[in-house]
Amino acid sequence: MTELADPFVPVPYRVGRVRRETHDITTLELAPVTGERPDYQPGQFNMLYVFGIGEVAISVSGDPAASGSYVHTVRDVGVVSGAIARLGAGATLGLRGPYGTPWPVEAAEGNDVVFVAGGLGLAPLRPAIYHVLARREQYGRVVILYGTRSPSDILFRHEVERWRRRLDLEVLVTVDRADADWRGDVGVVPRLIARAGFDPHSSVGMVCGPEVMMRFTANALSAAGVGSERIYLSMERNMKCAIGLCGHCQFGPDFVCKDGPVMRYDRIADIMTVREI
Amino acid sequence: MEGLERIVLAHAFFAGFEEELGPVVSGCARNHRFNPGQYLAHEGDPANEFFLIRHGKVALEILPPGQTPIVFSTEGEGDIVGTSWLVPPYRWRFDARAVELTRAIGIDARCLRDKCEADPRLGYEMMKRIVPIIVGRLDDTRMQILDVYGKGRK
Repeated sequence: MTELADPFVPVPYRVGRVRRETHDITTLELAPVTGERPDYQPGQFNMLYVFGIGEVAISVSGDPAASGSYVHTVRDVGVVSGAIARLGAGATLGLRGPYGTPWPVEAAEGNDVVFVAGGLGLAPLRPAIYHVLARREQYGRVVILYGTRSPSDILFRHEVERWRRRLDLEVLVTVDRADADWRGDVGVVPRLIARAGFDPHSSVGMVCGPEVMMRFTANALSAAGVGSERIYLSMERNMKCAIGLCGHCQFGPDFVCKDGPVMRYDRIADIMTVREI
Repeated sequence: MEGLERIVLAHAFFAGFEEELGPVVSGCARNHRFNPGQYLAHEGDPANEFFLIRHGKVALEILPPGQTPIVFSTEGEGDIVGTSWLVPPYRWRFDARAVELTRAIGIDARCLRDKCEADPRLGYEMMKRIVPIIVGRLDDTRMQILDVYGKGRK
């Protein structure tokens, strides 16, 4: 009889290349110490375990078509994420995954696609962007709207600039505040929706960022005519087991770890504003 | 329909505006062209005019004492710049600077206020257009004050 692997035992991964994205955001490549990296779908996450410190859920931010390593982008906001962000090349950590529901990149084929990212939310969306750009002819208009705090907080800056130069892609970037040297847009990211060129009746919206930003954005997409059943959000809750057993990430009738993180807006809109949830 | 009236009514701000009110509003309008770096208005100045942006980009900024200006919003094609003309004492509450070559229609504030006072239907039509913009900017401000991308928040 084949013995099933214990889902709570992390697999050792070694840190490869490390890139400091901004003053508090770091991207790491993680390769399995032995064996192959499992395939994953855009939007899924892994549980990263720093030995002796703790475990945290982090979405994959790399290209799902690339083999070898996982790419994770981490913001130093807590004890565990800070420890991950400080790891250097050659360090070892534990990894469980991939887990969770993906972005609906295949269901969106034939439609316009509107990606809306806020702050670090660009990282979990990036695998979906890679997927769509690799099959560009299978989609209608593709729009990337990105909002962040200030010009120095723009994530994946060189890549965003490269996307902006493409003729088959509309990329609008805005910041919450800037000094007079900034020549781009200033304002919140939902305001960009009215300026973007897409057909709301045949568009799929994929939104990731702080929950307040996602609520405002979902409202703006709805106001623009995108049906709530075509809007997808990546939710974040306190994930512990990641396999729907412990209940820490319960979100109304769902568990974010297994029913999410990517969830359809029409299914969660009513409970997003319930304080007790 | 005269050229300026056509341009005014073609602006997103006046979408769905009653055509017969067009000449009334355009009678208070004039064309503007602002070069990059040129100011449309300065904080504290009388708000004698507000602007319908046709092309370009305008930065709304505040100058904290001893610091460089902070841009808190940019407005572009289809947006309006200025709502202080509606509220006494009718003075600008921020600086407005053209970031790039900007073409705009300026609406004389006293002229339009007087016409709104004389014709409540025109006044109500204007309010129906201005209030959603003010509410939208209040929403934006709430999001900015929350600093949702700041450290300690996801």
